[in-house]
This record gives sequence, structure tokens and C-alpha cells, in this order.
Amino acid sequence: MTANQPPVVLEIKNLTKKFAVDGGRVLTACDNISLKAYAGQTLGIIGESGCGKSTLVRTVLQIHPATSGEVIFEGQDILKLRGEAARQNRRKIQMVFQDPAAAFNPKMKVKEIVTEPLLNFGLIKKSEVDARAAELLQMVELPVEFMDRYPHNMSGGQRQRLGIARALSLEPKIVVCDEATSALDVSVQEKICELLVRLQKEKGITYLFICHDIGLVDLMCHQVAVMYLGNVVEYIGGGRRISTEGMHPYTKVLLKAVFKVDFKPGERIEPLESEVPSPLDLPQGCPFASRCEFCTDICRQQKPQLKEVAHGHLVACHLVK
Amino acid sequence: MLLEVKDLNISYGDKLTVSGVDLELNTGEIMSIVGESGSGKTTVIRAIMGCLPGRGHVSGGSIIFEGRDMLKNTPKEWRQLCGREMSMIFQDSGNMINPIRRIGEQFVNYIRTHAPEKTKAKAVEMAKDMLNKVRLPNPESIMQSYPFELSGGMRQRVGIAMAMVFRPKLLLADEPTSALDVTTQAQIIRQIVDIRNEFGVAVILVTHNLGVASYVSNKLVVMKNGRVVESGKREVISDPQDAYTKELLAAVPVVGEVKYYDR
Ligand SMILES: Nc1ncnc2c1ncn2[C@@H]1O[C@H](COP(=O)(O)OP(=O)(O)OP(=O)(O)O)[C@@H](O)[C@H]1O
Ligand SMILES: Nc1ncnc2c1ncn2[C@@H]1O[C@H](COP(=O)(O)OP(=O)(O)OP(=O)(O)O)[C@@H](O)[C@H]1O
Ligand code: SF4
Ligand SMILES: [Mg+2]
Ligand SMILES: [Mg+2]
Repeated sequence: MTANQPPVVLEIKNLTKKFAVDGGRVLTACDNISLKAYAGQTLGIIGESGCGKSTLVRTVLQIHPATSGEVIFEGQDILKLRGEAARQNRRKIQMVFQDPAAAFNPKMKVKEIVTEPLLNFGLIKKSEVDARAAELLQMVELPVEFMDRYPHNMSGGQRQRLGIARALSLEPKIVVCDEATSALDVSVQEKICELLVRLQKEKGITYLFICHDIGLVDLMCHQVAVMYLGNVVEYIGGGRRISTEGMHPYTKVLLKAVFKVDFKPGERIEPLESEVPSPLDLPQGCPFASRCEFCTDICRQQKPQLKEVAHGHLVACHLVK
Repeated sequence: MLLEVKDLNISYGDKLTVSGVDLELNTGEIMSIVGESGSGKTTVIRAIMGCLPGRGHVSGGSIIFEGRDMLKNTPKEWRQLCGREMSMIFQDSGNMINPIRRIGEQFVNYIRTHAPEKTKAKAVEMAKDMLNKVRLPNPESIMQSYPFELSGGMRQRVGIAMAMVFRPKLLLADEPTSALDVTTQAQIIRQIVDIRNEFGVAVILVTHNLGVASYVSNKLVVMKNGRVVESGKREVISDPQDAYTKELLAAVPVVGEVKYYDR
């Protein structure tokens, strides 16, 4: 696996994002995160609701400023880009938002929404809007007649595909998919994922793929980062699979909570019952300590660092040597 | 029979969108609706709640709830039903909740909008009691929290608590776990089952997760292109008959299968 590892295209270095909240308190959404994404590959990000996945990618896209850290893309720290340089950079890194309803201007028609980035960057003329919109809609399995509709007259999954078409329209180098397929039935989802993979092979696109469906992440991604309470607790690459080689106690808990289609009647599912600690006061030791069945004294005192357990596979847990 | 939907047609403007839908639900049953994106799942449950958006309207068939013909309801009758006799939870109840107001204030407001006769103190008590029943620890502090201070799962529990506060007989849930991670999803699904067991509420659950549907449902309905293509008990999943149901089941991504990029 080592020999054919493609070059790094995006490197997130020690990225921290804190929000100031009510009453002068500080919420740590991302705590010193370092991650690499490779050319033409997909980096999956999974973890509990609120663990900081969206904040991480939104910070990378400069939707809000980082508290500290760097994001290296094409040899420079893109968090430092301003003005026209930032604008040009945005063309190369596109995002499909988690909540497409909030992301679109409700006064714009579908065809205007999908072609807006192309018009903004002067890549097509006004007269080409209809033809281009039709192509883009077909690409994501939407009827061409939808181009004259408004987004609120579409179903959740139809809107989601609009977001995907729009993000792909600029032929970016990196596409960030934040729960980009969660509102789709599994059959359409499979077609969209096949499309993403085909474009990846043809054009060398890199995806950052945030998704709650562990099965889908496993099938889509070359590497998977598991986040918990603002931290990456496991990073599985190097051809290893989360299903068979995931080691962190939290990763195993996630795998156990998946609903299988072929469950036997009477079979129970055993999710973690307790709540995640508040990101307003992070524990000083292991972030998972309060819910981990293997927790010992050292876990509560010392934060475990990511350690390489095999090539391309890192785990942050005191148990893992 | 708590709810009986017969040969239901729904149109947006003059465009027929849903046709010939039949559903039957008894007290305490959980029915899942799965199927194609855009097939009309949300449209059907909105019609049952009497809240179709835009130019949506029922253009044929009947909806009988507790022996009453719902299509004869006046707007006032709908307002009395919604929240009290039937209620709805959404994909992210956190979105429905106003981000800049405390949970408690919003909950109390919700109760008093639907039941103006309740005093504020009584509403606070009802809210706390219900937060307790959905196993949110420390309802007192939840009431004082802003939505962003709660996790997605906690917000969804608040959504369930609000929906259940008047002990409705029917709970409609539109993809209530699509925005949640697997652990939280499992907690919320168990919560819905617990609520059903405790209050005997009937539930219609719209989901894209066939594993969830197979786990919780007494009845399953598969929709495609505005129609029901298959319905029944668990055998819909264990022994599907319709080609589309089979297609759906074959497309479920399962951990450990061949990667998409190696296919
Ligand atoms: N603008 C903001 N102000 C204050 N806190 C915020 C803000 N945005 C996010 N947070 C908080 O940061 C934490 C991480 O949120 P984030 O949305 O990144 O989580 P997530 O992993 O994407 O969750 P989900 O899976 O539910 O989408 C949460 O505790 C959230 O409440
Ligand atoms: N307000 C509206 N006006 C006109 N057409 C609409 C409106 N809302 C939905 N539609 C259309 O009606 C059809 C059914 O939509 P609905 O939202 O019920 O689908 P769904 O099965 O819930 O899909 P999803 O799984 O993607 O949420 C879709 O083709 C959609 O485009
Ligand atoms: S470091 Fe300790 S508490 Fe943290 S995951 Fe490992 S065993 Fe559990
Ligand atoms: Mg998110
Ligand atoms: Mg829907």
C-alpha cells in the first residue's frame, strides 16, 4: 500500500476552533486537529453529533476564522488568503452543505442555483444557463423539467442533489461533502456515490466525506478519521478497514450501534446510553473517559496522543500500545 | 382502527403527486414508510397532519382518524387536533427550535399556545415532567439551556418531549434520525419505542434507513413515484416481492463490502 500512496493535497495542521458563547464561556469545537487528505482519494470523517465535524470543514473553507492552526493546499496556508486569492481558491475547494434548505436563496430558480458558481467565475454565458443546468440536473438523476422550479417545491433528497450538482459544476480539486447524501434513498445514494467515484477517477478529485452512515463511509473512503468531542481519536488508512481493524473503544461502540437490515427479531441494539460531556469544559484526560468501559486512572489524568499502530493507522488510547 | 387512509390522492396545484395510497394503523403500532426520494413520503404524512405546503391539497380518497373524516375539518378543528391528538417531529428538531431562545421558554410557549388555559407554572411543570420522561438528565438545566448547548440527540429528545406533551394518539416522524450519528440514532429509536410502550401512541416513521425500519416496525410501506409498491409486516424486508423493494435492499451499504472504488 505504501508504494502507491498518492501525494497529499490538503494538510490540516493543529487546527483549533473555539467559539465564544453566552456568559463569557468558551466552547472548544475542534481541539488541535491534524489530518491529511490525498489526491484522488476520499477522507471520511465520522463521529457523534456535535463532535466538531462541520466546524472543522467550515473552518478549512474559511466560513469562520480558525482560532489557531494551518491548512496547507497547493503549498500555501489557505487560511491566510484574502480577497481575490481567497476567491480563486474557493473555486478549487467546494462544499456540499449539510442543510441544503438553508444554503440556497429561496428566490432563485433551480437553474440559477446550479449555474450560479459558473456565472460568477465567468465560465459560461447567460445564454448557456439552460443547457448547462440540464446537464447538471441529469448528472444527479434529477428530471430536467425541475430547472424552472424553486427549491422549496422539491423534496429533501431532491434539494440535496441540487447541492451536489452545484458543487461539482466548477470541477473543483476538493469537494467537501457534509452529510451530502443523508436525505437520499439508498438506491439514489448508491448512484450518486458511483458518480462521485467515477468523477474522482476521471478528474482526480479529493473528497472530504462527512457521513453518519458507517457502512457508506466504509465503502466510499480510503481513509477514515473518527472524531470525538473535538478530537481525532482514530485515523485508519493504509488499506485497513474500520470494520475489521478499528481499534479505538469509541470506534467499536459506533460499529455496534449500526442497525442491520437482517437483524433477527428480538435482537437488541446496545447504544451508549450516557451523554457526551459538554464542549464547554473539556476533560483534561481522554475525551472518551466518561463513557469508556475500559477507563482507568491514567485515562482521566493524561490525554492519550495519536500513535501509529500500523502504517497509516493511528489510535489515541492508553490501552493501545 | 386509529387511522385509515384510503385511496388517497394528493396534488400540488394540478399536478397529481401521490395516488392510490392505502394505510391502516392501530393504536400502539409503529409503521415505517421507506422509498424513493421524491416519491411522496413527506407529502403523505403532511396530508395526515393537515399541513400540506404551498398549493398542496388532497384531491381524492379519504383520511379517517378515530372515526372522524379528517378532510371535513375546518382550520379551527385542525388547530385543535395538531399537537394534541397528533403531532410531528422533524429531521432536526433543533432547527425548529429558535436558536436564540432558551429551551424552557420555547417549551412553555408551545404548551400555552396549544393550551391557553394552562398557567405558566403548570406549563413549566408539564415541560419538566416530559423532559424527564424522555430521559433527559437534569430537566432543570435543560430548560435553562440554549439549543446550541445541547447535542443533536438531546435536541431531538426535546423535540420528542414537545411532541408528546399532550399525549397525542399519533406521532408522525419525518426522518427523525437522518441528521444523527449511529449511537444517537439508536438512542432516539429506542426512545420512540419506549414512548410507544409507555403511552400507547401509534407512530408513522419516515426513514431511509432500512435497518431502522426493519428493527422498529410492526408494518412497513415502500413507496415509489407517488404510489405504494409494497406493504406488509417484516416480510417486506425479509422476503421482498416487488422489484423496487429488492433494488433498495440491494443498495444498502454494508460495512465490510467491496469498496465503491474497487467495483
Ligand atoms: N456558531 C457557533 N457558535 C457556538 N457554538 C457552535 C457554533 N457552531 C457550532 N457550535 C458548537 O460546536 C460543536 C460542534 O458542532 P458541529 O456542528 O461542528 O458538530 P458536528 O460534528 O458537525 O455535528 P452533527 O453531526 O450534528 O452535524 C457543537 O457543540 C456546537 O453546538
Ligand atoms: N411545495 C411543493 N410544491 C410542488 N411540488 C412539491 C412540493 N413539495 C414537494 N413537491 C414534489 O412532490 C414530490 C414528493 O415530494 P416529497 O417531499 O413528499 O417526497 P419524499 O418522498 O418525502 O422525498 P425525500 O425522501 O427526498 O424527502 C416530489 O417530486 C417533489 O418535488
Ligand atoms: S484512553 Fe482510556 S478512556 Fe480513553 S479510550 Fe482508551 S481506554 Fe478508554
Ligand atoms: Mg455537522
Ligand atoms: Mg421527505
